[in-house]
This record gives sequence, structure tokens and C-alpha cells, in this order.
Amino acid sequence: MVICEKTEVTNLTIDGQQIAAESGMTIFEAATKVGIYIPSLCAHPTLPPSEECGLCLVEIEGEPEFVISCTTKAAENMVVHTETPELRQKQRQVLEKILSEHPNACLTCWRKERCQPFDVCLRNVAVTERCVTCPKNGRCELQEVADFLDIEAEPIPYKYRGLPVNRDNPFFDLDYNLCIACGRCVRACRDVRGMQTIDFTELNGYRVAGPVKANHKESECRFCGACVDVCPTGALMERCGKWQGLPEDSIITTCPYCGVGCQLILETKQDRIIRVAPVLENSVNQGQACVKGRFGIAEFVHHPRRLTMPLIRKNGELTEASWNEALDLLAEKLAGYKGDQFAFIASAKCTNEENYLAQKFTRMVMASNNIDHCARL
Amino acid sequence: MAGLAASFGSGAMTNSINEIAQAACILVTGSDTTSGHPVIALEVKKAVRNGGKLIVANPREIELCRYAGIWLRHAPGSDVALLMGMMRVIVDEKLADVAFIGEHCENFDAFRESLRNFGLDFVEKVTDVPSAKIAEAARIYATNKPATILYAMGITQHTHGTDNVLATANLAMLTGNIGKPSTGVNPLRGQNNVQGACDLGALPNVYTGYQRVDNPDVQNKFEIAWGCSLGSSPGLTLTEMLDAAHSGQIKAIYLMGENPVLSDPDAKHVQEALSKLEFFIVQDIFLTETAELADVVLPATSFAERDGTFTNTERRIQRVRKAVEPVGNAKPDWQIICQVAGRLGANGFDFEHPSQIMDEIASLTPSYGGVSYQRLEECGLQWPCPSKDHPGTPILHVDRFVRGLGRFTPLEYKPPAELPDEEYPLILTTGRSLYHFHTGTMTRKVSGLNAIEPHGVVEINPVDASSLKIADGHKVKVVSRRGEVICKAKVTKESPPKVVFMTFHFAESAANILTNPALDPVSKIPELKVCAVRIEEVQET
Repeated sequence: MVICEKTEVTNLTIDGQQIAAESGMTIFEAATKVGIYIPSLCAHPTLPPSEECGLCLVEIEGEPEFVISCTTKAAENMVVHTETPELRQKQRQVLEKILSEHPNACLTCWRKERCQPFDVCLRNVAVTERCVTCPKNGRCELQEVADFLDIEAEPIPYKYRGLPVNRDNPFFDLDYNLCIACGRCVRACRDVRGMQTIDFTELNGYRVAGPVKANHKESECRFCGACVDVCPTGALMERCGKWQGLPEDSIITTCPYCGVGCQLILETKQDRIIRVAPVLENSVNQGQACVKGRFGIAEFVHHPRRLTMPLIRKNGELTEASWNEALDLLAEKLAGYKGDQFAFIASAKCTNEENYLAQKFTRMVMASNNIDHCARL
Repeated sequence: MAGLAASFGSGAMTNSINEIAQAACILVTGSDTTSGHPVIALEVKKAVRNGGKLIVANPREIELCRYAGIWLRHAPGSDVALLMGMMRVIVDEKLADVAFIGEHCENFDAFRESLRNFGLDFVEKVTDVPSAKIAEAARIYATNKPATILYAMGITQHTHGTDNVLATANLAMLTGNIGKPSTGVNPLRGQNNVQGACDLGALPNVYTGYQRVDNPDVQNKFEIAWGCSLGSSPGLTLTEMLDAAHSGQIKAIYLMGENPVLSDPDAKHVQEALSKLEFFIVQDIFLTETAELADVVLPATSFAERDGTFTNTERRIQRVRKAVEPVGNAKPDWQIICQVAGRLGANGFDFEHPSQIMDEIASLTPSYGGVSYQRLEECGLQWPCPSKDHPGTPILHVDRFVRGLGRFTPLEYKPPAELPDEEYPLILTTGRSLYHFHTGTMTRKVSGLNAIEPHGVVEINPVDASSLKIADGHKVKVVSRRGEVICKAKVTKESPPKVVFMTFHFAESAANILTNPALDPVSKIPELKVCAVRIEEVQET
């Protein structure tokens, strides 16, 4: 990675820790850099700050009021506190206001880690609002923040919005009932993708994010999924794998489509890919992908028409055969075509190692330099 | 590739993706970046947000035009004239970086002489772009530094594609925009591992790392390493192979993971050639249009079922990691090749894991010399990476060009091989859509992508549509000298008058039935971006 600017340093203290922050950093960024957690729902490492959620309050010595840390720049010799009881009290108030418009039984129920989707809800929560019927249950940032701030006690007064779920495109659903209007999706679309597909809007008096025109396609959505990736709740969810819950395993690999080489996380369960998301850190794509990489992988990998057996043409028809039969036939036939009458067409879809072996095989075993691939097409 | 190698000494992207956002000027030509390389387009947009100037040169009104300060809508195939016109302005107005040229380049005088033929009146006539606009673009590119050039197949897929590339190289050298951050000439590779397949010697004239087969020292090195004798004359390119198959000179082809029936020009000719083979092996994950012609089809694994590496467009070697088990009896391509070689009695194919293959590659390939799976763990490595302690190379040609001095090339304008006439009055140009990939083997198996874009269309300007009495959504027949396809018309101003556009993703309306297989004499790339067609209305029955 290229670092060209010279970096000046701002020295400040957060929770008694001396920090040398890069000049221009906010208090929130400086704290995050050294691993101090400040609760927040609208800040995201790929997005410009917005103050939308109002949670990331901190106390600066000498300042009469708490300040929002995601937009306040770190200053020389500043002394910051992030965990005083007064701050926590204030943050709980802010969060409770958010929760008064979001189903919240999942945040406060002591049984939330035990129930299965078809268990009877002991809290008597309506089926649309249960923790186990939220696709983000267990992966939700709102749950994390509520846990951190120790929101428990009695349920917070809340009325279900009863808004219809927007299913206007094949890739993701938008459940307005779960939207907390943090604006991350709006900023991801506008400030990172350079589009303006989604914006804040009002539905039945509730402030939510949604497509600017009748549907996502008309709003020029390119279905990159950047909005889904930054949504802290279950409001924006990819439809594929939506109800799969937590993955059993996940690996980082390179996207098989264009030459950019985006790094993708493949989440798997029972030997199937359930979700694909772009990698944020240490990657050429910095948390971004496109519709093909984000939504176009699992279905072709697990497609029923995948070839699973060798095929040999017999009486004009391609018929299934064993590997042994196929390899024997190849060896017998190829032995007769060594030299210039043989050619190998390798592939820009195959790995480096496979292309290396293809040319080694052609040149060494088949004694031919007739090897090429579709680089020109 | 051949063009950049001649000018600079290396055919690869000179700079890195994450430098684009800091460029003061970006020239995007022959690339519909938001469709072909969507994540690189984000860097271009970021540069514009940072105050950078964007110049788009494209006959079609691509999405990036919205972000561009200036859009040059030149006639298809007139790239050399456009770029030479810009360079003429830069030289005439003394905006060239004379110190850089004097210190780092050669053959400048001959090049400057060739600019004489590119007076702006002539350039305007050939390109259809007003000369004032060309001059403005030239000034913007020459005076906003660092400036970078991004291009893709819209530059290379012409009978004079090598000249187009040489023109971009001339332009970068003329302004000293090379060897520094956020500068350079950057070919965006279309497929995930085109760069890697070239690097690893899947080419008829070179072994790994572009080591020539006709260099005796190289030949000797590989003969010792592999324990066999090797041929010293270059083999046939893909298009030449198909011709040789057609004439019966090539009798057996082993094809791995490609679909030339849809991806290559003049599809009918390709099909005939492959049908004439005595023995045709296809190894793929689906029964493609090409595999249907095979004598033996071997089931390979997808990228998600194997370990390995891909090298991206910025020369970064990155890991591919196995996520799920192979379906059925499918095997990874590397394993299949090893087993075939084993059955033929060959030694040197006893690999248990791709990391061992990479170790062999590193031992034989100077530019991959320092690469090992262990070092690739974090974020890959950009070649050249000659030794275990080398950090990789984000920017090429720093301090000096790979070939020593950068070489200017005098150029002349050559029209496309097939121009419109009375019988075929329109130009067909081809490209990619955001929602599908290459021949659609993967993306057309994805229901969501099919829902957004279910079939191919031919895009036509409203002026041409109305004179042909064709309405949006009408079924039409597109006819060239080589064949015809039927698809729906999309009436849009994105296509300029007299130019129609198709993608090549769709088997049922395959653009490459129509395209012209005429080749660039140096790179052997076919002219997929310009051929002459006519459009007829089809009566719905």
C-alpha cells in the first residue's frame, strides 16, 4: 500500500492512555485505533461520519458538555473520558429512544441465546418481532451495543410499525420495521459508490431509509450490496442465506470474476456457501464488491447442472464414465498426438499453478509450444 | 501487451489500484469501468471527489461520463488519431516534459516527426470530436499531475490495437507521467487471472515470467529443471490454433476452462474448426457450448473448491482458498493435469498441494522468485518480487524503465479493417454488462442476475431506430458478413448514431457470430470492437 503524505501527530489522553493520533483524526478514530470501544451505530470505518445516532458521546476535560466523538477532531493535550457513569447514563437514554422504535425483546430477554425458531416465546412477543424471527439475531450491532450498555430490566415501550417489507429486487430485502435511520446505507451509496439510490424518507410517519424512486431498479441501484454490508440491524439483508444464522466456517479468497481481484469472505454451513461479503482490511477492494462477486457466486458453485462425472462420447453421445476409464482413454489417445499436432488452450479462469502445469505438460510431455489462452479476448 | 512491452519493457499495469484516487487527472479510454471493473470505478469516482479531473474517451455514453469533466465521443477505431491529436497539442503548446524525455526516453525525434500528420483539422475529421475539445483534453492531461491512463479491451481489440497501446505509452512518456505514484499506463485485465495465465507461461512464445522459448539460456534452464528436451520455436496463438485445426494441421486439443465458441470472433468458424479435431478434450465446471463438441469432458472444481493463487490486474498474487468440498467426482484442474501426465509416464507432476507447485514456479521465475504461500497470507505480493526478502513492487519503471530507456513510437492512423458501406451501414461494437460475465457460463446460472438482465439486446441510437422504424423492445435481426443473430432492440442515446452495441454474454444472441476475426498483426488480438452490420426488423409471429 502506498503511503505518500507525511503524517503529523496529535498527542492526547483517552481514559488515561497516552495516544499519538495522526493529525486530522477524530476522537472516535483515535480511540478505535488503540482498541477503546465507544458505542456507536452510525459510524463505520468505510464511511464519513454523520452524527446521526448520537451515541458516541465522550467527556472532554474542561468542556461543559459531552461531545459527539465521531465528528470532534482530536486536539493536542486533550484529555478524554469515555466510560464515566454519567456518560453511560446518557448513552442509555439515547439508545432507549432508538429502541422505542425497534423490536427490542431480543435485546433484553435472558433466554435469547437458548430459543430455537419454533419454540414458544415465553415473553409472549408477537411472531413478527421475536428475536428468533429476526434474520440478524446473533449478528446484530444493535444487540452488541445494548449488551455493552447493559440494557436490561423491563422491556422498553414499543409499538410495531407494521410496514411492509420491501422485496423489490432479487438480491436483498429491506425491512423498514427494523430500520433505525442511522444513514449508513445512504452514505455508502452516495459517498463510497458515487450513486444516490437510497435516501431518508418517511413511511407512515416513521423516518427510514429507502430507494429514492418507486423501487431500487428505477432508482438506478447497481445491486452492489454496499448498503447491506454496512447495515447494523436486520433492516437490509441479502436474501440468499438470510435465515441461515451464524456460519460454521468462513474463509477469505479471491473473487473469480474480473481482474480487480477483490478479496471476499465466503461463509459456509454444511459444506455450502451461505453468504459472501467483501473484505475490509488489507484488501485491494477495501470493503467493496460488485453485484457479481457479492450475489453471483453461491448459486453457480452449487448449481445442479455442475459436471460431477467424466463424460466420454460413445456412439455420438456424451455418456458418464469413471475417472479411470477417462484417464486411460486420454493417455492412449494423447500418446499419438505428440508434437505440433497437439495444442493446449489454458484459461484465465484457472489458477497460476494450473496454468503453470498446463504449459509444463504441453511443452514437456506433449513436446509442443502450442499453448495459449483467451488473454486477447 | 505487446505495445507496452515495446515501449516500456513490461506489458503489465504500471501502477496500483489504490493510487488512482490520488491522481490529479485520469484518462479512461476503451474501458466501461463501472461495468467491467466496478471496484476500480470506485477509485476513479473517489479521485473526482478529491478534485481530480476525469477525461473519458469512449464512443458510448458510459456511466463514468456523468463524473467526467470532459467526454470525448470519438468514432470507434479512431483512437490513434485522437491520442496523437492530443499529443500534437501538447508538443505545439510546449507542455511536454522535456527534461524527462531527454533523460529517460529514446526515439523522440522520429515520433515528433510523425505528429506532423495529425493536424487538428484531420483529427477532427477522423474522430468526429471538435478540435477545441481535443485541445482542452490535452491541456488538462498535460498540466494536472500526476495523471494516469486506464484502458481495457476497447483499446486492444482492434486490428491496430498495438498502435493504440503505443499511443497511450507515448502520451504518458511525453508528459513524464510514468514511474511515479498515481501515474502510468494501466491496462485493466478483463478476467480474474489473465495476468496470471500470461505470467505463468500459458502463451506460445514464453515460459513463466515472459522468458522466451527461443532464448537458448532459458531453454537450457528449463530442460535441466524438467529433465527433458524442449522446442525452441514459438507455438501458435489461440486464433492461429483454430485456423490450424480447421485446416487439419492440429489434430488434438486439450482445453481447460474456456468457451471459445462464444468468446471468439466468427463463432461459426470456431465451431467448424473444433468439430474437425480427431480428439478434443474439455475440462470445465459446466457442459458449455464448447464442451458439447468434445470427445471427453472432465469435471473440474470451481474456484471455491480448490486452493491456489490468482494474479490480479495490478500484478498482485493473491490466495484462492478452498471453502467447500468438490461436487460429485469433480477434481481441481491441477490434480487432473498431474494425473494425465502420470498416465503418460511423465515425471515431475507428483504434487500434493498447489503450494509445492508455487515453490517450483518461484525457483524458475525471476519475477516470482520471492513468492511462497506463507508470504501471501496477509495481502498478497505484487511482482516483480525476486527474492524472499523483497517486499514486492507497486510501481514499475521507477528511476528507469524496465527496458532501460522508454521508447517513443512514430504512429500513423489506420482505419478499422471493416467499415460500414451501403449493404452494412452500421458499426457494431461489443463489450460487457455489469450483470453478466464473459460467456455467461457462471452468471447465467444465477437467478438474480438473470432477473435483472435476462437476455442480450442490441443498443441503437434513437435517430437510427426511427429511420429503421424500430421501437424499443422490438425484435430485430443483426446481420454481418459472417452471420446473423436475433435479439431485442434497446433504443438509447448511450449508443452514438450509426453505432450499435451488443454484449457477448448470451449464447442465444451471440455477438461473436457477427464479429470480425481480422487480427492485429503484432498482438494477434481480433477486431471485436468494430465490424459492419445492418439491422432488420423481425415480424413477430
